[in-house]
Amino acid sequence: MSKFLLDVTVALAMVGAAWTTAHAEDLKLGRAATPEEIAAWDIDVRPDGQGLPEGQGDVIQGEEIFAEKCAYCHGDFAEGVDRWPVLSGGFDTLQSERPVKTIGSYWPYLSTVWDYVNRAMPFGDAQSLTPDEVYALTAFLLYTNDLVDDEFVLSRTNFATVRLPNEDGFIEDNRPDTPTLADGEPCMSDCKTGVVVTMRAQVLDVTPDDDDD
Amino acid sequence: MKKQTGTAETKASRRQFLTGAAALGAGAVAGTSTARAGNPDNLPPNIPDWSRYLGDGVDARPYGMPSEHEAHVVRRSVPWLTADPVSSVNFTPLHELDGILTPNGLAFERHHGGIAEIDPADHRLIIHGLVDKPLMFTLDEIKRFPRTNRTYFLECAANSGMEWRGAQLNGCQFTHGMVHCVMYTGVMLKDVLAQCGLKANARWLLPEGADASAMTRSIPMEKALDDCMIAWAMNGEALRPAQGYPMRLVVPGWEGNMWIKWLRRIEVGDMAWHHREETSKYTDLLENGKARRFTWVMDAKSVITNPSPQAPLKAKGRNVLTGIAWSGRGTIDRVDVSIDGGANWQTARLDGPSFDKAIHRFYVDFDWDGREMLLQSRAIDSTGYVQPTKNQLRAVRGENSIYHNNGIQTWLVRSNGEAENVEVSA
Ligand code: HEC
Repeated sequence: MSKFLLDVTVALAMVGAAWTTAHAEDLKLGRAATPEEIAAWDIDVRPDGQGLPEGQGDVIQGEEIFAEKCAYCHGDFAEGVDRWPVLSGGFDTLQSERPVKTIGSYWPYLSTVWDYVNRAMPFGDAQSLTPDEVYALTAFLLYTNDLVDDEFVLSRTNFATVRLPNEDGFIEDNRPDTPTLADGEPCMSDCKTGVVVTMRAQVLDVTPDDDDD
Repeated sequence: MKKQTGTAETKASRRQFLTGAAALGAGAVAGTSTARAGNPDNLPPNIPDWSRYLGDGVDARPYGMPSEHEAHVVRRSVPWLTADPVSSVNFTPLHELDGILTPNGLAFERHHGGIAEIDPADHRLIIHGLVDKPLMFTLDEIKRFPRTNRTYFLECAANSGMEWRGAQLNGCQFTHGMVHCVMYTGVMLKDVLAQCGLKANARWLLPEGADASAMTRSIPMEKALDDCMIAWAMNGEALRPAQGYPMRLVVPGWEGNMWIKWLRRIEVGDMAWHHREETSKYTDLLENGKARRFTWVMDAKSVITNPSPQAPLKAKGRNVLTGIAWSGRGTIDRVDVSIDGGANWQTARLDGPSFDKAIHRFYVDFDWDGREMLLQSRAIDSTGYVQPTKNQLRAVRGENSIYHNNGIQTWLVRSNGEAENVEVSA
C-alpha cells in the first residue's frame, strides 16, 4: 500500500474523533448556509464528473467563442501567444529537454479543463461563461489537441467517457529521495578536492537591475 | 529578456566601488545595500540638525513607515518570469532582513488573479459538502472560536525553480525570496470543521479563494485536522490584502499555493479534486516523463543571506555571515557552513526562537582576510532530513521539476567582497 493510501486511512480514524468533538461542544457559531447560497458558489468539478451542470457544446461553437474571448492570449489554435500559456500540442515532449505541458500532453483529467476555464477564464473576466460555453470551449480544446474530431459534441452525459492521454503519467510523492541522517552523518571535512566553479549567473546576466523598476 | 543596463562600464564601476575607489551606486545589482558616503557635517565634532531641531510629532505618521534611508528595502519582481504582473510573483528582500520574522510589507506576493480588495463586511466563508450542518461564517464569527498564535514559514513550491538548469539569478532575493515567516493569529481549522460536523466519509477538503483566480487546492483531512488554521492576522495586525485579507488558510510546512488566500469556501469531500494547481501546476516532472503529484511538504532548505550578491562584504577583518533555514517537516536542528565549496564544513550558531515549521536564523562570526570564498550552507532538520546538493537533486529528478528545488546554494565571494551565484563541481 502506498504511503498516500496509508495517510488516508489514518485520516479516516481521526475524522471519527473530530465528529465526536463536534457533538460534545456546539459553540453555536455561524448560521446555516442555504442550498441556494451553496449552489451559487459551489462551482468545482471532479474527475468523476461530480459538480458538472447540465449543458453541452460542440467544437465549432467552441472555436467561435475561443476566437472571440481566448485567442488573443492563447492563439487561434491554443498554441499560445508571446508568453501566455500554450494549451495544445507538446506531445511526446515530457522526457525532452524542454517539455511542453499542455492539456493534451500533460493534464490527467478533462474535468480540470472544465473546472479551470469556468472558474478563472477568460483572464480578467472570470466566471462570466455559461455552462454551454464552457462545454463548447472544452470540446474545442480537445480538438486542438487532436483528441476528438470536429463533429464532437461534449455534454454532461458523455463527459466521463473522455480520457486524457497522460492520465497514468503521475506518481505519488516518494520523497525524501536524497540521503538523510538515516543513511549516515553528512561529511564534515575533506569531502571533495579540487573544487572548481562550473557555472556562473553573471554569464547569463538575467538579474533585473534597480533601473528596471 | 536580458537586462538592458548591465554594461561593462557599470560593472567596472561597481567593482571599483567595492574596492573603495570610485563613484557610488552605479549599476548596482537590484536591491544591493550600498553604503553611502554620508555628510561629514553630521559627524563629530559637528552637531547634526536632528540633534538640534524638533522632529515630527505623533500625528505626522498614524501608520508608521520605515526610514527614508531604507527605501531600497522592497520586494522586487523578475519581469521576464511571467507574461503578466497580475499573475506573477515578487520576492522578499532576504538580504536586508534579520531575525526570523518577515515584516508584513516585505512578505513576497504571488497571486494568480491580482490582489482581491475585500471589505470584510462583504466577505463570507461557507463550509459545506460532507458535513452535518453546512454553515456560513462572517469574519467576526470566525474570531469567536478559540484563538491561537503560531509562527510559520510560507514558501512557494517554485522558490529557486529558476535554478534547476544552473546558476541564473544574482541575489538571494531572487533565488530564495519566495519565502516569508510571520506569526499568524487565527483559529484551528479543526474547531471550525467540528462546528459543521464531519461525516464519516469526509476525507478531503477543497478550500477556495474569493479572488479572480478562485484558487483551489485539495487538502487531505489528516492535515486539516492536524495543524491547519484559518488566520486573519499576521505579525499582530490584520492580514495584508496581498496575503488574503480578511482571512486565509494556513497549511504549515506545505506548499504556499495551498494556503488559500481570501478564503471564501471549503467543500468537504471523499476524494481529491485534481484541480489545475495540482495537475498542470505544482506537479513535479521527472526525467522519465512521469510526474510526482501531491508533493505537499516543503523539504529542509537554507541560504546564506549575507554575504550574497546583493549584500557584498564591505571590509576585511571581523564580519558576520548569516542566513536562514527552514523545514516543512519540523524544526531545524543544525546548519553547517562551508567556505570552500563544500569540501569542509563547520556548524553555524543558531540564534533566536526555534519554532516548528518556521524560519531559523544562523550566524558564523568570522575574520575575513580577503580570500576568495565559495560559501554554502546545509540544513538538517528534526527528522534527520539533510539538505541535498543541487546535483543530488538533479540526479534523481532531472532538471524539469520546476518545483521543490531545495538544493544547496553556492555564492562565490571574490577578494573585493563582491558575490556571485555560482555552481561548483561535485
Ligand atoms: C488576457 C489573456 C487571457 C485570455 C483572454 C484568456 N486567458 Fe487563459 N490564461 C491566461 C493566463 C495569464 C493564464 C495563467 C494564469 C495563472 O498563472 O494562474 C491562463 C491559463 C489558462 C489555462 C490553463 C493553462 C495551464 O497550462 O495551466 C487554460 C486552460 C486557459 N487559460 C483557457 C482559456 C480560455 C478557454 C479562455 C477564453 C475563454 C482564456 N483562457 C482566455 C491568460 C488569458
